[in-house]
Amino acid sequence: MDAVISNFDEYLKAFGLTIGLFVVSGIASLVLGTILAVLRVGPVSILNKAAALYVTLFRNTPLLMIFVFIFIAMPVLGYNFKVVENIEIAGYNVSAFFFRACLALTLYTSAFVCEAMRSGVNAVPLGQAEAGRAIGLTFAQSMTLVILPQAARAVIPPMTSVMIALAKNTSVAAAFGLAEATATMRAFTNNNADQRIGIFLAFAIGYIIVVEVISLSSYLVERKVRVAR
Amino acid sequence: MTAQESGTVSAGRGEPLVVLDGVQKHFGQLHALKDIELTVKRGEVVVVIGPSGSGKSTLCRTINRLETIDEGTITLDGKDLPQEGKALAALRAEVGMVFQSFNLFAHKTILENVTLGPIKVRGMGKAEAEKKARELLDRVGVGHQAEKYPAQLSGGQQQRVAIARALAMEPKVMLFDEPTSALDPEMIKEVLDVMVDLAQQGMTMVVVTHEMGFARTAADRVVFMADGAIIEENTPEEFFTHPRSDRAKDFLGKILKH
Repeated sequence: MDAVISNFDEYLKAFGLTIGLFVVSGIASLVLGTILAVLRVGPVSILNKAAALYVTLFRNTPLLMIFVFIFIAMPVLGYNFKVVENIEIAGYNVSAFFFRACLALTLYTSAFVCEAMRSGVNAVPLGQAEAGRAIGLTFAQSMTLVILPQAARAVIPPMTSVMIALAKNTSVAAAFGLAEATATMRAFTNNNADQRIGIFLAFAIGYIIVVEVISLSSYLVERKVRVAR
Repeated sequence: MTAQESGTVSAGRGEPLVVLDGVQKHFGQLHALKDIELTVKRGEVVVVIGPSGSGKSTLCRTINRLETIDEGTITLDGKDLPQEGKALAALRAEVGMVFQSFNLFAHKTILENVTLGPIKVRGMGKAEAEKKARELLDRVGVGHQAEKYPAQLSGGQQQRVAIARALAMEPKVMLFDEPTSALDPEMIKEVLDVMVDLAQQGMTMVVVTHEMGFARTAADRVVFMADGAIIEENTPEEFFTHPRSDRAKDFLGKILKH
């Protein structure tokens, strides 16, 4: 444990990167996944199929392969995403590594978000959509004003699981040059082979804290938005 | 007091508002609507009755295209029903619908349920929409519940809110799809009272119901359906006292004995 305590700033930085990956790809997959879910339940057949194909493709592919594709295959094809390094946010430059990792995590996670969201949409009684249509709401309006707000409530428990999986999946980025928690743990154990157990414990506790914060916030949100039927 | 006696509605007056012509509808093998011809005139109250599975709810739902039809035409105020998209949404805004299961928006307050359509579809200002919504809620007798959520109200109250929600769009015609079938007996009257009131104020209404009392009191015309077809149309008085078809005699015999 000494190795962690004496290098605590590195430990925090590593989890900072883990949380950064989680937050950015979490928000992006919630947005993309919700759009996909709307397309899947929407009235346009070609969009239904496109969204279903997306889900099939990315949900059935191991996350590691998506990482390999984006980090190794895409640069060969001429897409290295170096252009994002010119973007500066709050004094920090976005690294192409960070962008690629978020892209891979988002592509993968949004397929799961889509399906969780769709289960939520299906949990909203059909009569709600009919009532929305009956007062003249368009499909988009009845989705955003009536269905999704109610679906979101039903969807919090499964969505929490998806988000927790995402938080842990960020560790795959360790293999692709990002010094997030898992990569940093490996570096620590390499340098302090005698303290492996302590280092493992310290990082395990770090992950547990991150995940507990996610599930606690989801519990609070769930309690706040509970709807009576 | 019947609708006729009240003098605000009279059968036979007014131009055709809803016209169904040669409407056919299948659910797989089931021929749900068979060659339906029906004209509802402005200000008229048409009650559709018949045994369950006779297609009366389906008929009601085709009028605002919650059910599509296979053949035939439906016109509202002389215009064909649009197929889909914005034009269809605009049409539905003109047709009020009250469902058997109320279908109030569960995540919105009573007031928000009533103002949603006027604000989002008609582009009305929030203050104006709320003022109007409160008037409508008062009119159906649930004004004091405006800040509550649907689940906090009784079934009868919810259904009256649903009527107010539909009225807030100032529809040309109101469709009622078995509005009292999910209600406890003591709540049926409060909903029917609101409907009778509406009928007397001249609202054009198509009502699918099992409430024969309502049909006698408020209807200008009774349409009897069985097996997806319209078997008989008549004034309530004639229909209930001298049904012409055997199906209608049989049906009335079953429901009026008790």
